[in-house]
Amino acid sequence: MRFLLDELPFFLELLVSGLLIGMMYALVALGFVLIYKASQAINFAQGEFVMFGGFVVAASMRYHGLSLVLSLALGFGAMVVIGLLMERLVLRPLTGRGVIAIIMATIGLASILKGLLLLIWGPLSVNIPLPIREEPVEIFTLLVKLVAVVGAIISLVFLAGFSFLFLRSRLGIALRAVADNQTVAQLMGIDVRHYFALTWVTAGVVATIGGVMWGNMIGADVHTALIGLKVFPVVILGGLTSVPGAVLGGLIVGAVENLAAGYIDPFVGGGTKDFVPYILMILALMVRPYGFFGEQVIERV
Amino acid sequence: MVNRECGVFFSTYAADMRLFPLPLTRWTMVGIAGLGFVVFPLVASDYFLNIANLVCIAAVGAIGLNLLVGYTGQISVGHGAFIAAGAYAGALVVTRAGLPFWIALPFGGLMAAVVGAFFGIPSLRIKGLYLAIATLAAQFIIEWLIIHIEWISGGAESTVTVPKAAIGPWVLDTLLEQYFLNLIVLSLAIVFAMNLVRSPIGRAFIAIRDRDVAAEVIGVNLFRYKLLAFAVSSFYAGVTGILYALYLGAANYEQFDIATSIDFLAMIIIGGLGSILGSVFGAFFITVLPMALRVAVDGAVTAALFLFPAANISHVVQSMTAVKLILFGGLIIVFLIVEPEGLNKLWRNIKDYFRVWPYSY
Repeated sequence: MRFLLDELPFFLELLVSGLLIGMMYALVALGFVLIYKASQAINFAQGEFVMFGGFVVAASMRYHGLSLVLSLALGFGAMVVIGLLMERLVLRPLTGRGVIAIIMATIGLASILKGLLLLIWGPLSVNIPLPIREEPVEIFTLLVKLVAVVGAIISLVFLAGFSFLFLRSRLGIALRAVADNQTVAQLMGIDVRHYFALTWVTAGVVATIGGVMWGNMIGADVHTALIGLKVFPVVILGGLTSVPGAVLGGLIVGAVENLAAGYIDPFVGGGTKDFVPYILMILALMVRPYGFFGEQVIERV
Repeated sequence: MVNRECGVFFSTYAADMRLFPLPLTRWTMVGIAGLGFVVFPLVASDYFLNIANLVCIAAVGAIGLNLLVGYTGQISVGHGAFIAAGAYAGALVVTRAGLPFWIALPFGGLMAAVVGAFFGIPSLRIKGLYLAIATLAAQFIIEWLIIHIEWISGGAESTVTVPKAAIGPWVLDTLLEQYFLNLIVLSLAIVFAMNLVRSPIGRAFIAIRDRDVAAEVIGVNLFRYKLLAFAVSSFYAGVTGILYALYLGAANYEQFDIATSIDFLAMIIIGGLGSILGSVFGAFFITVLPMALRVAVDGAVTAALFLFPAANISHVVQSMTAVKLILFGGLIIVFLIVEPEGLNKLWRNIKDYFRVWPYSY
């Protein structure tokens, strides 16, 4: 009992910081889920979106001396353009082709984005200065990084905003219609392509926000793209088509990987963080092949 | 590998399924084999022999992946991990047990097949994207296991040094000898794959690819054939891994990371899904691309230095990786959009063009 009490602060600290990180995973996963929901396209470049959006902001501030607001605008602008180009030049010609084709096309895009970043700005890691205090703050005797809290709050605002948008606005109803049945949506006079483009743009924008938070915490460079690999366990756990699922998945992955890293890393010498979410995911797939909130697909011949 | 010619039809199943549908194809094969085994070794320098070795090794793995993705329609983003499994299994058999390489080759392949079949189990319940991500998990899990289990990786560097292949006292240590080894293995791989895809097993694979529910309805045992596809594909991957280890002199997990898996996927996309010849084309293309790029950049740099001796070109060399990444991604996308059947289709177009030359359709 005594031992458990001693362990409690450590456990809680790991749990809380994991959950905060998890909120940001959820934000990045949101872009993935939106794209998949609307067009059944799988974005293997989501991590590269985070990397590129974040780096455009970082480079604008550090290399070109722009203000934070202007840099953010530039970052969003760049991702909007990339999202639109991707939809128009790559996905539209690939409409109706198999899963493999779309996965490979986004892998190709990922490679191009990485190459562009290296070509334009080089491999150096750049930190994004945010007007947020660096020192950790104390909340209920737990030390937490302020930027992580702010990131989690921004993620929450966005996720809540999207949920509201989905349920209430005209745009959200159209998006849900497109996700539900493309042909019928088209017959109802919805420009399906317009909404596909919109989801790609949204994915780019939320990725940029994630990229800026990440860039502030650990610096922006090519390796930021590795976040994309965390998105897969998140969306699989939550079910590919569900926004609340993405949040739940993000929280679970964030908490579990942080706890696992805290308790297992000392014994095996690191690397647990990258590995545990996937174990968790495989286990989840065995129990619920379509995630916690995903739609079960019924196949007919 | 040998495509059906247009306008050639058969009246019996046996004739339709023959390995060489026309006498001409048999002679073509003899010609290609002659080029590969006799002419090329006679004329090639060490530089080209090295390229040929790498192409042969990559081609084995690409054929394996194509059997799984192109023929059976199961996506795998974990091919690199299965290559690693084979490489380490083979390397350990050679170094710890002191067995010769010709036992290590099938042993590593079998180990990889077991690992691959294990990670193929989720394919029974999930497909498409979910399967792709599950195989991605295989990539991370295997990589982590190799690094963290010291019995496998043999210490901090996670590198197992492998002696060169040897038959009795004869050590295959020149590029030429290794070329023959790799080419023989590749030939066996091609023949096996060609025969596999025209057998009942191959037809079951194709039926699963085209519509797995329908395949099950007509009596294809999905459990068996999906796992078999994963096992065969991983066997090829394992053999590739050992060939790499023998050729490069070491097994190291860093060579077989997720980028390797993506490289192999790119090979079969660019070469042509569901085509064995295409896999070889793709392996050639993806292996030679960075080398060709390097030659081109070196040439450009030399020319630039000749014209402007004072120019600072260090950033040009630095941006090589970047250009390679962009070109690589761009090519995948262009091939997907413009020529979804890959290089194999281009080759067929050329053949069809000359078949009726000079009269076009």
